[in-house]
This record gives sequence, C-alpha cells and structure tokens, in this order.
Amino acid sequence: MADFPVIYERSRPGRRGAQPPQPRQFDLEAALGGENLRKQPPRLPEVSELDLVRHYTQLAHRQFSIDANFYPLGSCTMKYNPKVNEEAARLFQDLHPYQAPETAQGALQLMYELQDDLAAITGMDAFSLQPAAGAHGELAGVLMIRAYHESRGEGDQRRVVIVPDSAHGTNPATAAMAGYEVREVPTDASGEVDLAAFEAAMGADVAAVMLTNPNTLGLFERKIRKLADIAHAAGALLYYDGANLNAILGRVRPGDMGFDVVHLNLHKTFTTPHGGGGPGTGPVGVKAKLRDFLPVPIIAKRGDEYVIDEDRPRSIGRLRSHFGNFGNLVRAYTYIRALGREGLREVSGHAVLNANYLRVKLKEIGFRVPFDRVNMHEFVAQPPEGMRTLDIAKALLDFGMHPMTVYFPLTVKEAMMIEPTETESLETLDAYVDALQQVLERAAEDPNYLANAPYETPVRRLDEVKAARQPVLRHRFEERGAPGS
Amino acid sequence: MRYHPHTEEDVSKALQTIGVGSIEELFDDLPRELRDPEMDLPRGMDEVALLDHLRSLAAKNSMSGPDFLGGGVRRHFIPSVTPHLALQSEFVTAYTPYQPEVSQGILQATFEYQTMMCELTGLDVSNASMYDGATATAEAALLAVRQTRRERVMVSRGVHPETRAVLATYLHPLGVTLDVVDLDPLTTPRLVVPEDVAGVVVQQPNFLGYIEEMTALTAATHAAGALMIAVVDPLSLALLAPPGAYGADVAVGDGQTLGNPANFGGPSFGFMVVKEELLRQFPGRIVGQTTDVDGKRAFVLTLQAREQHIRRSRAKSNICTNHQLAALMATVNVGALGPQGLREVATGSVEGAHTLATRLEAAGLAPHTAARYFSEFVLPVAMDAAAVRSELARRGIHAGVPVPAEYGLGDAVLLSATERVRDEDITALATALAEIGAARAREVAHG
Repeated sequence: MADFPVIYERSRPGRRGAQPPQPRQFDLEAALGGENLRKQPPRLPEVSELDLVRHYTQLAHRQFSIDANFYPLGSCTMKYNPKVNEEAARLFQDLHPYQAPETAQGALQLMYELQDDLAAITGMDAFSLQPAAGAHGELAGVLMIRAYHESRGEGDQRRVVIVPDSAHGTNPATAAMAGYEVREVPTDASGEVDLAAFEAAMGADVAAVMLTNPNTLGLFERKIRKLADIAHAAGALLYYDGANLNAILGRVRPGDMGFDVVHLNLHKTFTTPHGGGGPGTGPVGVKAKLRDFLPVPIIAKRGDEYVIDEDRPRSIGRLRSHFGNFGNLVRAYTYIRALGREGLREVSGHAVLNANYLRVKLKEIGFRVPFDRVNMHEFVAQPPEGMRTLDIAKALLDFGMHPMTVYFPLTVKEAMMIEPTETESLETLDAYVDALQQVLERAAEDPNYLANAPYETPVRRLDEVKAARQPVLRHRFEERGAPGS
Repeated sequence: MRYHPHTEEDVSKALQTIGVGSIEELFDDLPRELRDPEMDLPRGMDEVALLDHLRSLAAKNSMSGPDFLGGGVRRHFIPSVTPHLALQSEFVTAYTPYQPEVSQGILQATFEYQTMMCELTGLDVSNASMYDGATATAEAALLAVRQTRRERVMVSRGVHPETRAVLATYLHPLGVTLDVVDLDPLTTPRLVVPEDVAGVVVQQPNFLGYIEEMTALTAATHAAGALMIAVVDPLSLALLAPPGAYGADVAVGDGQTLGNPANFGGPSFGFMVVKEELLRQFPGRIVGQTTDVDGKRAFVLTLQAREQHIRRSRAKSNICTNHQLAALMATVNVGALGPQGLREVATGSVEGAHTLATRLEAAGLAPHTAARYFSEFVLPVAMDAAAVRSELARRGIHAGVPVPAEYGLGDAVLLSATERVRDEDITALATALAEIGAARAREVAHG
C-alpha cells in the first residue's frame, strides 16, 4: 500500500483554495524596498478546498482521542471535555488584547472571578492566570519563591530545591531553569516520601520543596503536614504541583495542607482540551506573603470597573505576552460554574472510585500492584512477571483503546500508570480489563503475538532509532533548491 | 450539571468490588482535620442558565466595528474551512502523541507544520511549537547562551515590550545580562556588538511597524561570534526576506497572524526555527519521519534526549506541552490560503496601512513615514494615547495601541491594517481622529 501523502505531495502549481479580499494594484517594491523583499517564494501547499478537507479529515481518522477512545493516560487526566466549554470560548474569541479595557469588561470580569474561584478551590490567597502550561506555572512559582528569599536577604544562601525521585520531569527541569540545584529524596516502602531522608536533605540551603499530592504513584502523602512543618521550620517554602488535583477536588485543599505556592493544570482537572499536546494553561496561586511577587498582569477591581494591573513593583515580571491562554480560562470558568461546589466534590469522588475499581479488577487478572492499598485518582501497576509493558501497550491499540502512561514513574520497573478519570462508565472500565485479559490469553497461546502487536493500526512499531540517528525533520522537496536563497 | 455517568447502582457495584463501604472511605488517607473545606463557590448551573450567564458577560465586550488594532495581534481573514478542519474532535481531544501508531494524524500534521515554518523562515529545523512568541524568544536567548557559553544578550528596543519583559524574567535567575539597544528614532541603528555577547535579538518588522536592516545587523552580530535571533511575524514572510536569507541563526515569533483568532491574546503559538548546527541545543518537541516495521512511512516524536521527561534537571528547557492545536490551525490555514492567498493577505495588509497613512496625511495628521513600514506605523496624537483609544472606542472604532513612553515619541498610537480594512473604515478612522484632535485643540484654546 502506498504511503499516506503529506500535504505537499498533493500540491499542484496554480491550484487554489480559499480566497482573501483581493488587493488592488500596489507597488510593493516602492513601499517596502526591493532589498527587503523575498526573492524566492516559500513552497507551501497549493490545493483546492476539498483536497484540504479530505486531507485533514483523513488525518483526523488516523488519530485516537478522548472523543473516540478510552484514554487512561496516568498523570494526564484525560477526562471528557464538555462541548459547552467550546461554545463559551467562541463567544470571546475575537477580543483583541489591546482594545480599550472598557470595551472588554466582560472578559476581565470573567478572569477576575476565575482568580477568586481558583483561590477558593485551592485554599490560596491570590492567583495569576498568566502561565501557559503546567511547566510554565512551575517556573512562575519557583521564581516567586526565589524572589521571596531574595527579599529576606537569603537569596544567596538558599541554592537548592528538593524534589522526590518520583516527581514529574518538569519539576527538576524547572528548578534548574530558575537557577537552582536539585536534591532528590527517595520514596519509602509505602510509596511516599522517605521521612528520614527528607529530614536529612532539609537545611538552611533549601529554598523550596516541590511535591505532588497525591504523588505520581497515585498515593496520598499522609505525612504531608509533618513534611510542611519540617520545610517551614528550615525556612523553605512548599510548592504544590497541581497535576493531580483531580483526586482531591473539594476534599482537601493544598493551601490548608501547608503549601505556599500552587500551580494548576486547567487542561487536566478543569477540562480544557489537550489539543494533541497543548495549549495547556497553568495558573499559579500563592499565600498572602507571596502575593506581591505574582507575575503581571493581575486583573483587579476598582469600584465597578475591572482593570489590568501591571504596576506591581515587586512582581517577578511577565512570563508571556498578554493575559495567559484566555480561551482556556473561559473554558475552565465555564466548567467550574457548570458544576459548582458540590459538583466539583463529586468529580474527585468518582475519579477515585473508578481508579480503585480498575486497580482491583486488574489485580484479579494477574497484573501486579507494587503499592497495594487504596489509591487516589490513579495507580501504578506492573505486567505479570516476564512481560513487557511496552508490548502490552502496543497490543491494546488493536482494541481501540489508548494505553496507560508507560515507564513512568521511573522508580517502578515496567511501570504502567493508569488514570481512568470520573467521566468513564463501569462498562468502559470493564471493557479495558477484558481487553487486557485477552492480551494475556493471546500471549499465552502465541509466543510471537506480543512482539508483533499491534496488527490493525495504520502503521505498526516504528523505527525510532532510525528517526533519531538519521533525522528527517521536514519534508524533502524534490523539484528545486532550498528556499531563502 | 455533571459529566460523570454513574448511577447509584454503579457506585454500589464499584464500592463492593473495591471492598469499601462508601466513597468517603476512599479518602481516609487525607488529614481528618482538613477534610471537606468550605469553598466559596456558587452552586452549579444548568446549561441554559450557564449560557445565559456567559452571553451576558460576552455582551459587556465589544468586538465589532472598524479594526486597526495591532501590536503583534491582528484579526486577519480566517477562511471558514480552517476551524472546521483543525477543530475536529480527534485533534482537539487527543494528547501528546506518545503512541505513534494511533497518533499519525497529529504527528504528520506537525511534520507538515515544521516544513511550513522552515519554508517561511528559510531555516533548517523547526520544533513542534512553543507557548507564544515572547517565550519562544526567551528560549532562543537561552539557546544562544548555551551554545556560545557567554552570558550577555543584546535586545533591540524594537522588540515588543512584552517580549523584552519575558526575556528579562527568564534571563535574570540565570545571571545573564540583558542590554537594550535604543531605536534611532524608528529603527535599530548600526550595532557594535561586544565579544562577550551570546545573541542579538531584533524584531522584523519592529514593534512600531518599521523595517529593520537585518542584513547589516546580522553581519555585526556574526562579527562578534554571537547568534542573530530574528523575531518575525510569519505572515510578513510571504513578502519580506526570510531570516535564512540574511543569515539569522534562529527565527522565532508568534504564529497568531497565520490563522488563529485574537483570543484576547491567547492561546496562539510560538515558533522556533534554527540552523541545523543548533539542533543539539534545541528545546521542545520535534517530530521526525521514519518507517514502520512494514516499511511504511511514519512519523514519531524524536530526539527526546534533550527533553525534561528524559533529561530532568539537565534538560534544554522545562517545556512539556506545546501549543499543538494553535499550530495546527496555522498549518491548515496556510494550506487553505496557499502561497498565493498568503501573499494576498500580506499585500492587502501592507496596502491598507499605506493607504491609511496617506489619508491621515491628507487629513492634516502627521504619521511617522520617514522609515519604511510594513502594515503598522506610529501616529503622534495631541493627548494621552490611551484616552485617544477610548475616544475611538466610543465611536465604535477599535484602534490606537498606545506607544510606550520608552520610545521617546511623545503621545502616540500604533495604527495597523489588515486585508479586511475597507475604504469606509479608513474614512471613519481619519474623520474620528481629526474630530478628536480638533476637540482637544478647542479644549487647549479654552483651557
């Protein structure tokens, strides 16, 4: 079978799709200067509108998604993205960030209220909606912690950020980007932060501790208040990675647990779509003592008017342009207002219920659970002895189901991290268990089955070594030389 | 409203399977004294009430009327086919293509995107997108610091003020010095680049809309062994010389103008395209072409050893999510317009701005036209610039991004055009500006 064409291979010189308003006769050379003009046009697709429609519709069909497939990627909270959110976002999509603020009062009000809603949900005192993603929120948070220590004359002394060995990769990467050294602490036999190691790692050189709670094993850190006390006694601040907030929504708040800074992933807990990899959105919240350091701008209210407050001299500054991923702020606000406080509490209840149901069911069919206790919104399993997680993941694809997160956390061999979310029915969870059971049965019957799976997908088992060793990172045009000359 | 499916019977069945008596029991690990906090949130709403509420908020915004707003975000024509294709469920509700066998849709579209960005910029390798133009620029500066092992970055004041602010935020904690080069008066003057500079950042066209002499600026940069980081409006590259042609090492910018709605400033996407020799220092996701076990062409995330999930604290950046969906919008949109359509959009914008400047001059106003400009220019005004913008808004016209005081141009606004601007819009703006000026003159006379 022929390769599925890239759009450039469908291109025919002179073929056209959409037509913008036609410019009048205009002397570009006179206006822009001949020396500033492009000499050779870019090679872009020349296709009809229907060619384009067929191409991208067929590509969409070569793609798993929440809307078509169960997608229990651990740590990613792949829950249903309500359609009303999209309807809401369209109501605001033509607003320009530099239009006069008095002509954008509705948008500013929405952001102002969302700042307050997120503070209420997390138990923090103030929020900035600016960061564009979880990792970006982490950077904001750690930079605020840095500014806080600098303001107290301890900037030079506190050089270290502590992260557990099970942490998301973004945590140590963020700490490094903010100019810190990273000190890892191990996990104990119960799957939680090792208290003795934590105490030994703590000291006057520590600026912050970054924790996810529940942690990446899906377990609630039961000693959280003790950890917070130890950190605070040493003058360090506590950072909450909000990736797993879905587990505790309305049940317990990071602010009440002792966290000083928190980022949220609106694309996880608050149902803004993942978009094939982004845009995410990572608002950051703080306790009052860090309020002055929040990134600008903040949306404030003066009398009856909502205003854009950029005049904050102690702020860490700006982290991106404009107000953040506003379109996603509208979606998250819509979700929060749809569910209300009781609805949000049900979310965590059913998310945790589903994850525990799936854990018990998978154990019944032979999967191993290294930390076998009541988990939160996700859990980490291992395949039966002698089997590889990668093979099982590939075999699942033939069942029309997306695999779990594989080989994370790094601390568990052959890790399978599974997060079903609250929006899946028991029938779907049972079908997943059934699919995994069939995979085990076929593997037992046919020793080659797993190594060759999947069988039904558009492409099968890619040569990733070749991709990295002989990188082809753009389409190779055949007909003429390189552009830009 | 609620989105979880369980009936009471389902809940009982699940609890029984798990072996606990209630959902509450599943939360026994949480500190008892902190459980079930009061949250100051409204009650949930049904869909009718919810949409009514949102529409009432939207009604407090104004989005229609003649539009001359720019400053890096412009409301260009987006063909209907673009959102219809790019916002299909499969693209919207997928995540990062970790399983390439069932993610060829997004992986191939990203490969097409990378190719498009290489073509537009004339450079070798594009990543799969970043958050926005400002963060892409900051990441490019960090790349230059890593590549040259130098700790000073020069940035032209012609680079968008918000982008410079983000640069400062990113560079400060790493102890990298940021030097700002003043404009003279509308463009960046000839540079002398010290030998300890890692990279020079110049925006083309610059924030005020004027065209920089990129060839000379790049030569001065390279003479010092520094990298030229060109911040470009990708739409302008349908007409203007691409960064690859004048020797830039890195091209970055914001992709909003290629087919994303203004979205009150986000999300759009940032792009970064580099010369091949910078690949090892490149941040962010990259898609590569390979073959599958049957020899079929296929696409996959590649060169991941640079990234945070592998390299952790030694990664090139902490970036994880990109702005995939916005980059896809641009890919589809450029496919819809084609090279000819893209050129028409850009030409219409340039023509609109030049027509506007001529008409303003005819109306007795004095826009800055001493330097060449693309689709945006500076107009001095006789009163506070934000007040002019508000006065125009009162007349139903969206125009007049205030020019910050740092440019030393006095009270002034930016005026920008797109291919959508009509003759009657230009008349309305010229008339309104003349009226506002006259009213101000009367106030001063009677003052």
